[in-house]
Amino acid sequence: MLGSLGRLWQTIRPIRGRLYLGLLSALLASLMALGIPQVLQLVVDRLHVGGTAAVVWTGCAIVLGLGVMEAALIYLRRVFAVSPSTLVEKNIRTAFYAKVLDMPVSFHDAWGSGQLLSRMMGDISTMRRWIAFGIIMAVTDAVTIVVGMALLIRSSALLALVFFLAAVPVSFIAYRFNRQYSRLSRLSQDQNGDLATTVEQSVQGIRVLKAFGRGPTALDGFTEQAEELRRTEVKKATAMARFDMFMFMLPELALGVALFIGLYLTATDQITVGALASYFATATLVTGPVRMLGMMLGQAVNAATALDRHYEVMDEPSTITSPAEPAAVDLAAARGEVRLDGVRFRYQDAPGHVPDVLAGADLVIRPGETMALVGVTGSGKSTLLQLVPRLYDVTAGGIAIDGVDVREMDLADLRTLTAVAFEDATLFSDSVRENVLLGADPSLTAEQSEALLLEALRTADAGFALELPEGVETRIGEEGLSLSGGQRQRLALARAIAARPAVLLLDDPLSALDTRTEEVVTGRLRDVLAGTTTLIVAHRTSTVALADRVALLDAGQIVAVGTHAELMESSSRYRWVIATQEEETRRDQDIETLTGELDLRGVRGEGR
Amino acid sequence: MSAHPTAPPQPDEEQAALSAAENRASRRRSLRLLGELISPLKAQFIAMAVMVVIAQAAVVAGPSIIAWGIDEALPALIDGDPVPTIQAAALAIGAALVGGVLTYGYVRQSVVVGQRMLLTLRRRVFRFTQRQDLEFHERYTSGRIVSRQTSDMEALRELLDSGVNVMVGAALSMVFMIIVIIGNDWVTGAVMLAMLLPCVAITVWFQRRSRVEYRAIRTHSARLIVHFVEAMSGIRAVQAFRKQARNRAAFDELAMDYRDASLRSIQVFGIYQPSLRVLANITVALVLLVGGFRVLSGDLQVGVLTALVIYARRFFQPIDQIANFYNAFQSAVAALEKIADLLAQEPHVAEPEQPTPLPAARGDVDFEQVAFRYSADGPEVLAPLDLHVPAGQTVALVGQTGAGKSTIAKLISRFYDATEGRVTLDGVDLRDISMADLSRNIVMVTQEAYLFSGTVAENIALGKPDATREEVEAAARAIGADAFIEQLPEGYDTDVNKRGGRVSAGQRQLISFARAFLADPRVLILDEATSSLDIPSERMVQKGLTSLLGERTSLIIAHRLSTVMIADRVLVVHDGRVVEDGSPRELIEEGGRFAALYEAWQESL
Repeated sequence: MLGSLGRLWQTIRPIRGRLYLGLLSALLASLMALGIPQVLQLVVDRLHVGGTAAVVWTGCAIVLGLGVMEAALIYLRRVFAVSPSTLVEKNIRTAFYAKVLDMPVSFHDAWGSGQLLSRMMGDISTMRRWIAFGIIMAVTDAVTIVVGMALLIRSSALLALVFFLAAVPVSFIAYRFNRQYSRLSRLSQDQNGDLATTVEQSVQGIRVLKAFGRGPTALDGFTEQAEELRRTEVKKATAMARFDMFMFMLPELALGVALFIGLYLTATDQITVGALASYFATATLVTGPVRMLGMMLGQAVNAATALDRHYEVMDEPSTITSPAEPAAVDLAAARGEVRLDGVRFRYQDAPGHVPDVLAGADLVIRPGETMALVGVTGSGKSTLLQLVPRLYDVTAGGIAIDGVDVREMDLADLRTLTAVAFEDATLFSDSVRENVLLGADPSLTAEQSEALLLEALRTADAGFALELPEGVETRIGEEGLSLSGGQRQRLALARAIAARPAVLLLDDPLSALDTRTEEVVTGRLRDVLAGTTTLIVAHRTSTVALADRVALLDAGQIVAVGTHAELMESSSRYRWVIATQEEETRRDQDIETLTGELDLRGVRGEGR
Repeated sequence: MSAHPTAPPQPDEEQAALSAAENRASRRRSLRLLGELISPLKAQFIAMAVMVVIAQAAVVAGPSIIAWGIDEALPALIDGDPVPTIQAAALAIGAALVGGVLTYGYVRQSVVVGQRMLLTLRRRVFRFTQRQDLEFHERYTSGRIVSRQTSDMEALRELLDSGVNVMVGAALSMVFMIIVIIGNDWVTGAVMLAMLLPCVAITVWFQRRSRVEYRAIRTHSARLIVHFVEAMSGIRAVQAFRKQARNRAAFDELAMDYRDASLRSIQVFGIYQPSLRVLANITVALVLLVGGFRVLSGDLQVGVLTALVIYARRFFQPIDQIANFYNAFQSAVAALEKIADLLAQEPHVAEPEQPTPLPAARGDVDFEQVAFRYSADGPEVLAPLDLHVPAGQTVALVGQTGAGKSTIAKLISRFYDATEGRVTLDGVDLRDISMADLSRNIVMVTQEAYLFSGTVAENIALGKPDATREEVEAAARAIGADAFIEQLPEGYDTDVNKRGGRVSAGQRQLISFARAFLADPRVLILDEATSSLDIPSERMVQKGLTSLLGERTSLIIAHRLSTVMIADRVLVVHDGRVVEDGSPRELIEEGGRFAALYEAWQESL
């Protein structure tokens, strides 16, 4: 616990001065508060022996003065400590966000999004509260307890000893409490994160849950998790309650014993009645803060847990980063030759008996060439594609663009050279324009951007965007207009095109399009992207036929490369994966069996 | 292609400025919700209150016992009578034990009760969001729901964890003190009550201001979460398109807004709390002043003044706690407002109150003059339609994007309710069938084959939660998904990971078919996926599709003529109307739209 809190102390170095001022204000405020009853007592005592109006006036003035000062110091404590702490909180939060944004995809695969979310919100708030209130309150309380204990010795050393003896079990109990509460606090914060993941998935998968009427099952699963969290919270509360119980009992028990001994001592004239009275008066001052110890310790433990969880993410090394001295890449002069050299890849968490997804794939894509990547479902085509912009890193071997290994390039350069259209099209909550021009050269003039936008939309057959309620300014994505799968896919394709990369990676980007549109789009792509190296995952004969060459991926290796016609002739495996035109036609002619494919859009013109 | 409803974008309710009346309504809803959560736990609250009161009494008793010990037991002990001393010590120890045990009791109890309320509320929100129709989900983003279930719940938890003991303990002690003061001296009582007026005034001010600020906090935290959730689920695109810097800037702004809102709320409280302190201290000074002069004029005994001054101090001791409580309360109420507003959304598709039982359906589906529009003033998406689909028939719906194919499908699976007319299953209005019966009999397989984190087997078992492993594997075999599943690293126990990251589109489709096969509904609605697959997988999917259709009543939103040709009946939908209806052969012979399509297809070969 101390280690994590110590690290926090480093983080808040810039605002330490203000925290000290906050602490000073808090201590002075306590002092003022202590002063008020003394003055009251003084005035009353004077009145007892016959005071004057002046005494009353003076007394009131002093009480008033102390009272106003106390409030002012409380106010100052907040000004000093709280506002800088919120800024620190914000900075920690944005640093956390920046960190996870740059973490490789494999990191995000492994961490539930809810776990990251609960760290981003809950944990960082907990840290802030500890900085702004916890530390100061802990120190103020500790000072009160220590000063009170010291004053006790002055009243009566023997009686003070009784009080100190009670403190011995406190340290033991606190130690045990700390261990138990730390474990539970961690558990509860982790369970909170898992619960958030479940909530998120239950909403994102709502169509499936609805289609199968699995709402109740999902609710049961959620309830179970929420119930687990509840039980953890109750366990935490039980630990806390037990600790609080001891913190209440021990000082009071000590006072009971001290009363017995004290009375005896007084009766036998070993101490005076005054000393006895002052002993108890001081002791009651100490019992208040002691009772708060549980809360203090609990907050500290929660803060330490939050810090541990936070640093777990912050300390995770990013495996995919720009090299210290990146190779110089002339983005404008890139030719876009892509060379895969003995590329191997396996997921880090894959069990030992599983073969590598890619096991020594070799492939050269010539500059400006359109290469179709063909293979059975699950053969690793998507994985291979994602290796190029380093969304994942190769396990062995290498990928080079224009002779430079991608790992030697600056990440920003690499990802400017390349653009991907993913199979599942992710759009962001923003206008169509922003979404499509996301990867576009920012130095373009307004007219150039506009032209690029229109061209990209036209190429991807995404003209529908112009007919949206507010045209290309229409907000889409989760917070905007919902689009169909096909519409999203076409916009994602337009986005990849508008990036004008040297290497375009298309992961089955036309899957939601019908054959005819796909042909149209592919044809336009060839015109627009003349000179752009393109690697496209393809399944249809029609698409494959449009590619310059085809690479067949099988069992983790590129087993054949050539034109469609060549492969049809030379590779039986290829023939198995891709049907021949003749075969398609043969099947198509027999309409009683499963045949080819054609969307009704074929007669759209007639329909209108 | 799926004809997705393109409902007009809704204003972000998260940001909408509320009118005064809406404000009040929102607050009322939130307090009512709080009341609903508390009411089943009344007894527990009372038990807790009793424990708090007794524990407080033990705290107060401590000093009295000591005073009694010094005043009474000491002289007796000096006189050689140890009994009162022993009594005093025993009493003190007794009070310590009782107080300690009750402290344990109420500290634990308050969390037990609070967590029970939270669990109830969490479940309620979860069930509610699950029941909402798709129109709702297209409007209310996942991030906002996550925010309701996480940070809003957290605000409530903070209140519940310590709220009650403070409320009961502090309020009780203040009431008790003021009664004692009035009993001792009504003049001082009047002074103190008069001083309560500015306290009330500043509290009203605080209530108004903090409500605004806490609402702002809830709004900003929700926006922060929405942004975060979106960025995390689209992380690949974010990185591939170098969107990090832009996201960082956007997030920085959101985080700053959130920080500013938090700071403002803290500042409001930072004024409120010291103001109360000042008022308390002024009151004490006033009590001394008034009392002092009355002592001087002989109207008041010095002893009484001593007591009054002490009581006045004690009266104000819990005021910080109360201020803290009220602050947490304001924060929790703002969060509850958001939750209550969510729960107040009218579900468009409601569970029938007295459902007609339908344990096993034959599978006759009928549309009786069914029309549909997304909103009352929206355009008609589906014109009044009469349709009879006998049990076991395979119907293919064909038509352009937006023609209304999906609407027909979604009306049958009750993703939406008909605006006019009724849709029936075996003659029973869908709206009279319980959701459980309905979803057992009618299943829709969507294009988007979402996989939940968990194993392949778990994802298939979603079709039938109590299915045995044998059943799951049999379903996969029937569909033809067994081959690839067995080749996965851990076979059926392979974790599909976040967003099905490691399973390809074709595999996802097969899993979702197996899921539907296992669910074994009487009526199947299939939004045929258009994803192109490699030929072996394509064959597998087509084979799987054929076994999935089986003897069921099926409606296919078809994208491939090949699929259309295996249907018993084709419905051509155009502009929200069924314009052709018949077997594929009949339609080709009749020479309408479908025939034209068929011809075009033939020519393309």
